[in-house]
Amino acid sequence: MSWLDRFSRTKVSGLFRKSDIPEDLWEKCTNCEQMIFHRDLTLNMRVCTHCGFHMHLPPKERFSSLFDDAEFSSMDLPKAPLDPLKFKDRKRYTDRLKEARSSEHKHTDALEVAHGKIGGQEVVVAAFDFSFLGGSMGVAVGNGLINAGKLARELKSPLVVIPSSGGARMQEGALSLMQMARTTVAVDDFKADGLPYIVIFSNPTTGGVTASFAMLGDIAIAEPGAVIGFAGQRVIEETIRQKLPDGFQRSEYLLDHGMVDMVIHRKDLREMLSRIVGILMHNNQDNIKPAGNPTVVGST
Amino acid sequence: MSSFLEFEKPIAEIEGKIHELRHLSDDNSVNILDEVSKLQSRVDRMLKQTYAKLDPWQKAQVARHSLRPHFKHYVSKLIDDFTPLSGDRHYGEDKAIIGGLGRFHGNSVMVLGHEKGADTEDRLTHNFGMPHPEGYRKAIRLFRLAEQFSIPVITLIDTSGAHPGIEAEERGQAEAIARSIETCLDLKVPIVSLVIGEGGSGGAIAIAVANSILMMEHSIYSVISPEGCASILWRSAEYAKDAAISLRLTAQDLIKMGLIDKIVSEPIGGAHRNPDKAVDDAGHFLFEALKSLQGQNGDQLRTNRREKFIAMGQIGLS
Ligand SMILES: [Zn+2]
Repeated sequence: MSWLDRFSRTKVSGLFRKSDIPEDLWEKCTNCEQMIFHRDLTLNMRVCTHCGFHMHLPPKERFSSLFDDAEFSSMDLPKAPLDPLKFKDRKRYTDRLKEARSSEHKHTDALEVAHGKIGGQEVVVAAFDFSFLGGSMGVAVGNGLINAGKLARELKSPLVVIPSSGGARMQEGALSLMQMARTTVAVDDFKADGLPYIVIFSNPTTGGVTASFAMLGDIAIAEPGAVIGFAGQRVIEETIRQKLPDGFQRSEYLLDHGMVDMVIHRKDLREMLSRIVGILMHNNQDNIKPAGNPTVVGST
Repeated sequence: MSSFLEFEKPIAEIEGKIHELRHLSDDNSVNILDEVSKLQSRVDRMLKQTYAKLDPWQKAQVARHSLRPHFKHYVSKLIDDFTPLSGDRHYGEDKAIIGGLGRFHGNSVMVLGHEKGADTEDRLTHNFGMPHPEGYRKAIRLFRLAEQFSIPVITLIDTSGAHPGIEAEERGQAEAIARSIETCLDLKVPIVSLVIGEGGSGGAIAIAVANSILMMEHSIYSVISPEGCASILWRSAEYAKDAAISLRLTAQDLIKMGLIDKIVSEPIGGAHRNPDKAVDDAGHFLFEALKSLQGQNGDQLRTNRREKFIAMGQIGLS
């Protein structure tokens, strides 16, 4: 039995039809706080139509926006031990998990993995769901990334990871800390096969997630305006008792400081990815769809 | 003993009495000596009882005790010919992580670790053991140097975390930590790590991805400080004690979860009451750990270390 057969794969076509989206819902931009029609926001890939802020894009919508014809296969991820520490703060961790799992997206944890074609090239994409406990990384996310790496090795395809995470999941204590090492093994074992590992930083990417697999991409792309860093801004302010500079820890700031390769608008990510994986995988130009001409928002 | 912890108050009172008795009279009359020795054995008993059942928050305070042996104590007592090496060759020299070559039981080793500093001035020099990216990049350089000359690595962990600051972020704190973890995982020489005080999140694990991981009996190792966790999940740092309990950050919890290999017992009343003995005992187990890795070649050491971490996380606490 091939290793791949252990996954149930569902083919999903995630193209949006205008008629599917209710017309009368509004949403508030998390950056400029302007009201936007839910439908406009969805059709704009959750980029604010007023200020251009890139709001969180849930994994399924992310996959639809990246894969050719919005077609992809979702991968079932292995179960992780439930609440290994029996953690309790003002709420039980098991209750927080239950709540997160019963939300509209029906996830089992903060990571989803899918594969499909981007510009004709098979690619595995692992996307974080920030709405699931702040996209925090515990054992389940670690397992998910390990499996995403294995799947990509099996398919001999590039691996794209899209973090959106506050960091390690406190409720799993030192177990979550160890995910920094586990996910590093996952991406390095994958890279050892000579396949490209691409990271797309989305808002926000901080803490132990940034300080492990996320900063190890062969190519590092950031969406505009995303907060990317190790320490939280409040912690830094409290420590140094100083105002933080404008744009601190934002994508453009990281680009200026040499921490990412480029800042790319969400609408152009598919084209840019398809161009990069095409070149890195030595795909013959005749065999693939033309990549279009992505607008580079910022690049050195 | 000048700096008593809050929960040691009853012990401090008796020790105060002993001190008084000793200075009260110059004549070493049998009565006084007898009284002193009675009180002393009471102190020993109380220390033993108190330290046998420290709660996680008390452990955090012991782990951070200013008189606890730090990196420099360990190195001066255990390592001969210690030869510190400086700088990351990119930007600067970060004294929050010290490292260098030396001999341990006669054999060549590379030793590196966090140093918190002993007094105010020293603490500033070492930035309270909170490294900037340069510290991690120096660590990476020393890891590779050790590998180049087939020298085993010992790391001593003692940090509240990587430094949170503007420059640290600008120079790539996250990248430096990630590369340090990556380098540890790739190394073809033995790595043994010992948490001597505080194992504070990413700033700690950055140099603690080892073949064998040891913790001092009253040290802690956590994904976030109890105060930080409390201020996020309880919305107030005042709940640090509750957070410390929930986080399961003691050596005794970590060994149950299969995250560490060995706990080094501390002298009665904690390492700060008898630093020399604490360091000697640690030295014994560090030596044992290195010896047990002797039979493996470079590829095996690397593979086993990677598999060790991949296997983590399947055991919880009941
Ligand atoms: Zn807006």
